[in-house]
Amino acid sequence: MLRPKLKFLTDATVDRVIEEAYSLLLDPGVRVHYDEALDLLAEAGADVDRASRVARIPRALVEKALETAPSSFYLYDLDGNPKVHYGGDDVHYDPGSAAIEIADYGAKESRVPVTADCENYVRLAEMLPQIDAVATSIVCGDVPQAMSDWYRLYLLLLYARKPIVTGTFAIETYAIMHELLVAVAGSPAALAAKPRAVFDVCPSPPLLWSDITCANLIDCARTGVPAELVSMPLMGATGPATVIGSAVQHCAECLSGVTIHQLAKAGSPIVWGGSPASFDMRTGTTPMGAMATMMLDCTYAQVGKSIKPGGLPTHAYLGMSDTKIVDAQTGLESASGAILGALAGVNMMSGPGMLDFESCFSLEKLVIDSEIVGMAKRLVKGVDDSEEPLALTVMREVGHAGNFLKSTHTRRNFRREDYIPTGVIDRDFRQTWFDKGALDAPARAHRRVQELIAAYEPLALAPELVRELETIATRHARTYGLDKLPGLSAR
Amino acid sequence: MSEELFKRMAQSVIDGDVEAAGEVAQEALDLGQDPLEAINKGFSAGMDVVGELYSSGEYFLPDLILGGEAMKAALAVLEPALLATGQERKVLGTVVLGSVKGDIHEIGKALVGSMLAANGFKVFDLGIDIEAEQFVAKAREVNADIVALSALLTTTMLRQREVIEHLAEAGLRERVKVMVGGCPVTQAWADTIGAEGYAEDAAGAVTVARRLVAA
Repeated sequence: MLRPKLKFLTDATVDRVIEEAYSLLLDPGVRVHYDEALDLLAEAGADVDRASRVARIPRALVEKALETAPSSFYLYDLDGNPKVHYGGDDVHYDPGSAAIEIADYGAKESRVPVTADCENYVRLAEMLPQIDAVATSIVCGDVPQAMSDWYRLYLLLLYARKPIVTGTFAIETYAIMHELLVAVAGSPAALAAKPRAVFDVCPSPPLLWSDITCANLIDCARTGVPAELVSMPLMGATGPATVIGSAVQHCAECLSGVTIHQLAKAGSPIVWGGSPASFDMRTGTTPMGAMATMMLDCTYAQVGKSIKPGGLPTHAYLGMSDTKIVDAQTGLESASGAILGALAGVNMMSGPGMLDFESCFSLEKLVIDSEIVGMAKRLVKGVDDSEEPLALTVMREVGHAGNFLKSTHTRRNFRREDYIPTGVIDRDFRQTWFDKGALDAPARAHRRVQELIAAYEPLALAPELVRELETIATRHARTYGLDKLPGLSAR
Repeated sequence: MSEELFKRMAQSVIDGDVEAAGEVAQEALDLGQDPLEAINKGFSAGMDVVGELYSSGEYFLPDLILGGEAMKAALAVLEPALLATGQERKVLGTVVLGSVKGDIHEIGKALVGSMLAANGFKVFDLGIDIEAEQFVAKAREVNADIVALSALLTTTMLRQREVIEHLAEAGLRERVKVMVGGCPVTQAWADTIGAEGYAEDAAGAVTVARRLVAA
């Protein structure tokens, strides 16, 4: 069976991208705003200029890091089952990350989300079978901003069984997030053996590494928690205006990231990921729904799969839209990205639910996107040609009578041969549709949001574990000036 | 001065041709032309055209930015000569701009700087990762009307408040207005920290800056 596969580059062009990326690591090198990372690079033989903070990284050093970086790993759910396979051409989806706004159904204006929104979001994401992992998608406005990164993870751990895609907003909060994850896993070693979460770490384009990013990268490596590089050249703004040029920059940023990471702890899992974008030259915005954005994502994924024998695991921000409400443009942009990324074999696509340049979350969009994800996953399974004969037996059996509904061949095949959508996708006869209220897609999605949140069943977490998580969260919250955590609804 | 020379000056800005702008500016000086007239009737006129083309959708940000760069190249040649004549270019106001401490993001701030410069402000772009004290020192040195603070991250946004506090401690808060911007920044945040100006994009920043210097 042929798996449909999208490749934009010839092997020769992939090699050219990689060659130029290696050249960039020598000239102009990368600028690293974190002493410990500069120390690691210098000790390993990179040419480091302390005054300018520029490290020129020789190829041999990078190649050694690539050798020790694993080609695949799993993320595990609460019960310790491997649920997400980062590697090969396997595709998975998680909601987009870190929305600082939420779009309520029917509202033209967004608002700042609070704890209750995050709770409902996790319940919903847990209930959507198409979504493979949950993400810390909602930044709660009802806790101090400086603790809002780890607070999201705390809420997820109380409500989610699925693996988690997350990240910090600061250097010091990694330790808190690690502490929370360890509480659930049982020990640091248990967490490293079966990682529940992957942490996004974002180099700053072009070729810059902030202190936060370096610290997180090093902390992830040393604790054995997977790190996901999120390199984000903006075409024509913070990176070359061409898809291929920005793919070179992406490659150089990721290679330097893998190197710092593997120098901190060889063998720790790391993902070749990103959130690059085209650049809207009218408005100065970063369109996640632009065709060139999606092409760049697929292109760098191809490079990541070729960067070493067996490739590195891949990730991209895909399945997003730049609209402010859920409308026709939302669907076309989200579906394009989710489908193209699936064809490119991107292991993890972060984006479902996300609007407005990755800043605003919509529960209704998450529900609609889950249908897109279902279709995209069906697509990459390709056309099954394993039956022998392909059609002769069933065709002759049915003959000219013309009713395949009666055939056992139909009953045996129809469920797996197409993705069967929920009622969010309208396939009713017109009168039925009308009688059901003549609802459009957002309205149908809204109904399903309410149904699924109501149907969510709380996790059976041990009461001691819940208490421990609460104790950890409360203790740290006090250091941020918050004496009492926001109340949670009944779990 | 010949109309033809003015036209070439304007055209260099319209084309975003940095090299040509510097050359034609030098040519004007060599011919003994008045630098102020060269700026006003030549290069600024070109900048006006660029602005109109951008507004009408024919020009895009790279055209606008390169137009601004051409203008800058011309000014680099003409301003020393202008100072020697004892004249001064009329500007709407002086802006000190930068990304706050801990923030290494360049592009949004650079866009705002270009747009302000293109619209008649004198802009001192301090760069990225700028300490509060550096903003204060520069504002004092150039007698700034506006200090503009960029922050892309929710974490670095908090530093905008620090700069405002430092300006107050230095006794500059009475005469220096503060503008804030960046992805996580909102009008509500600007109000919270007492910044007089906020806009969500570079074009909006020009409107806000105009309002602040008119006030």
